[in-house]
Amino acid sequence: MIGFSDIAQASQYATSVDIKFIVLTVLSGLVALLVFGLVIFFAMRYRRGSLASRAPLPNWMHRDLEIGWTAATAFTFLFIFWWMATAELGALTQPNTNFEIHVEAKQWMWKAEQPNGAREINEIHAPSHTDVRLVMTSHDVIHSLFLPALRLKQDVLPGRYTYLWFNADRDGTYSLMCTQFCGTDHARMIGKFIVLSPGEYARWSAAQPEADDIARQGAALFVSLGCAGCHASASRVHAPDLHGLYGSKVPLEGGDFATADEAYIRDCILLNKHIPAGYPAIMPRFKGTVTEAQITRLIAYIKSLSTALQGAS
Amino acid sequence: MTDITADFAPATAPAPTNYLNDGTTLWSWLTTTDHKRIGILYALSITFFFFIGGIAIGIVRLELLTPQADVVGAEAYNRLFSLHGIIMVWFFLVPSIPATLGNFLLPMMIGAPDVAFPRLNLLSWYLYVGGALFTVYVILAGGVDTGWTFYTPLSTNYATGHVAAAASGVFVAGFSTIATGVNFVATTHMLRAPGMTWFRLPLFVWAIYAVSLVMLLSTPVLAMTLLLIIAERVFGMPVFDPARGGDPVLFQHLFWFYSHPAVYIMILPAMGVASELFTCFARRRVFGYTFMVYSLLGIAVIGFMVWGHHMFVAGQSPLASLVFSFLSFIVAVPSAIKVFNWTATLYRGQITFEAPMLYAMGFLALFTLGGLTGLHLASVPLDIHLHDTYFVIAHFHFIMVGGTVSAFLGGIHFWWPKITGRMYPESWARFAAITMFLGFLTTFLPQYVMGYGGMPRRYQIYLPEFQIYHVMSSVGALILAVAYILPLLYLGWSLLHGRRAGDNPWGASGLEWQTSSPPPKENFHGTPRVEHAPYLYHEETTGPDVDRRVPSQAREERP
Repeated sequence: MIGFSDIAQASQYATSVDIKFIVLTVLSGLVALLVFGLVIFFAMRYRRGSLASRAPLPNWMHRDLEIGWTAATAFTFLFIFWWMATAELGALTQPNTNFEIHVEAKQWMWKAEQPNGAREINEIHAPSHTDVRLVMTSHDVIHSLFLPALRLKQDVLPGRYTYLWFNADRDGTYSLMCTQFCGTDHARMIGKFIVLSPGEYARWSAAQPEADDIARQGAALFVSLGCAGCHASASRVHAPDLHGLYGSKVPLEGGDFATADEAYIRDCILLNKHIPAGYPAIMPRFKGTVTEAQITRLIAYIKSLSTALQGAS
Repeated sequence: MTDITADFAPATAPAPTNYLNDGTTLWSWLTTTDHKRIGILYALSITFFFFIGGIAIGIVRLELLTPQADVVGAEAYNRLFSLHGIIMVWFFLVPSIPATLGNFLLPMMIGAPDVAFPRLNLLSWYLYVGGALFTVYVILAGGVDTGWTFYTPLSTNYATGHVAAAASGVFVAGFSTIATGVNFVATTHMLRAPGMTWFRLPLFVWAIYAVSLVMLLSTPVLAMTLLLIIAERVFGMPVFDPARGGDPVLFQHLFWFYSHPAVYIMILPAMGVASELFTCFARRRVFGYTFMVYSLLGIAVIGFMVWGHHMFVAGQSPLASLVFSFLSFIVAVPSAIKVFNWTATLYRGQITFEAPMLYAMGFLALFTLGGLTGLHLASVPLDIHLHDTYFVIAHFHFIMVGGTVSAFLGGIHFWWPKITGRMYPESWARFAAITMFLGFLTTFLPQYVMGYGGMPRRYQIYLPEFQIYHVMSSVGALILAVAYILPLLYLGWSLLHGRRAGDNPWGASGLEWQTSSPPPKENFHGTPRVEHAPYLYHEETTGPDVDRRVPSQAREERP
């Protein structure tokens, strides 16, 4: 019974949200009790014809009281804001983790892909005591991934990546839902969020079929889609080398810089946007020729080129 | 307080002419430009739409008694809550107080014979009825299943049903809101009686004035947004479709840029009504009148800058979320000031508890609870968990139903003798007010609990652990239905059998009480002259030791 509901807590973050909720609720409750208490007290004491004194109000009451409670309210609200904002800013720091689960939402199901390539539908397995990052996109309309046990929620948009990250510390099976209304079977777009201990998770994921690393699948696509023809280091075409690209600052024509994150790479592949300075715009657009799953793999491969580099240096 | 230059004693004539018996044919009503009759036309039409929206949610609440789908299919369920939202927001709540009580009272409270543009006023009603009837027909005949929020790309590229037609209906009705806003702003500026300075305006007038400005500035954005939806859906113009370079989040910015101020369109007039009720039944001047005025204006202005708090999880930048969170806390300050001022108005009063006062106290309680839970939702870490759950549903129903509908019914009862010339049956009205308060709490308190527990909104089927809360909520909805139907019956009854009210049965101080009940077509028998600030229930330097409770006109009459 945390708050007033028996909702499970599966991470430290969830506990901290609950504490904030309780404190704010108690504070609000006290204010409400003060107001209701005064209203009831005045209503009884100053009911028509009662003997209580109705002398005129002292002058200070009109102005000082008004300024006093305005200031008190403003300071209280600012304090709550400061407290909540600090927590928000703290939660913004993304963990430095390679453990990424790709989530694709579509009317009306959740598809997830584990780092080792294991695929799931309407289920997401994750190891406990591990920093996990979800990289999410939608196939059609806007959905929203809600993990109540972690007190987390994030809209999942078409044509864009959004992220969630967590470190679950309690094994168990929790619910997972879509909370952005997405059409007819919105209420059936639900599933299970399963937290396993790292050992169990390893056993589980090894037992899954198709357990090929998605970065390796991306490497194969890189060749079969023709990317390697220009981007391989041996190529004579003037195309950027992709080693170390992910996470770096890319200089653009005109002096701007772009950070090479998932969204950047995706735009480059699909739309040939953000051409780096000094390169001709000769790359074909791959929009319509590659699927969401293929992009995911290509990006995973390009990322692996950077991590390999970090490992080497 | 006021001095009426011509005679105002209708007692000499056996059947005095008033706005009600000055033409009794249907045609005379459909072509009227009298703001009082237009107010009544609005009242009848919003009541009609309120009950359609109520039936829709009644079926939803019946469905939610069990965790499985058993009354309607998924598609029908989505259409029902969309119907409920679209009707209640645009065809009931937005016009509720401004277009009915506002229309009827604004000119009378400032001592004017009518609004500034009487024919535009009638046109507003036709636009409203036309748009509303068309939309309801479309939803019932073809169905719209996007919710009232029309989120893209669901509404533009995926939803079946007549989204474009429904959007056009709302678009048309939106112009009625704009026209009403223009009319009220012009009326307040141009037609105040001699001596009615800005700081002698009753707070209800200030509230209607503030809300008219919000209507004027925000509704065009809604019109534009709906046009873009229609353009994309019908003509394939890619504005919101990410596959063709559009941005679905842009829609949310535009939509909430209207729809958050729209929340204030719904609650500001209710604050105005509550101020009138508290002051009259406590027999005291409103505590902190100037603070009340500035807080109304403050809410109206800052209310435009908080829309992004609907989008904390929509993928907007964390910096934007932080700024919108901050502004949402700021906008709560003037609301809190109003709550404290209403409470302080009761201090050293001569309080009586007629039905309008009970509604006003219900308003105060429910608005306070709704407002305080707004702090939870303005806090980013809490909102991430609570967003799109029943916690949000409970929060905004506390404001819009607990707040606005309580104040609306309180106002209807308070001004009923002025509007109809008859008193409503007091015991029935008190019973209905208390029933509504209890029914409301039964319906919506459990929704806070299940919302925190993780029950998402717009779900037809749900996890069994939430059933107990849904059952409580549905039982509460049944009680609420009784509380809404009762006034319809006894107010209807009082039209024929109610006691004759007299001109000022409450001994209230506003200008509208200085004329006969029901008022003559031109409102006043002559031009009123205003010499005092409002709410002069006792002299500034004295307490209300003597509760004279006589019409103030009797005290201040001059030749």
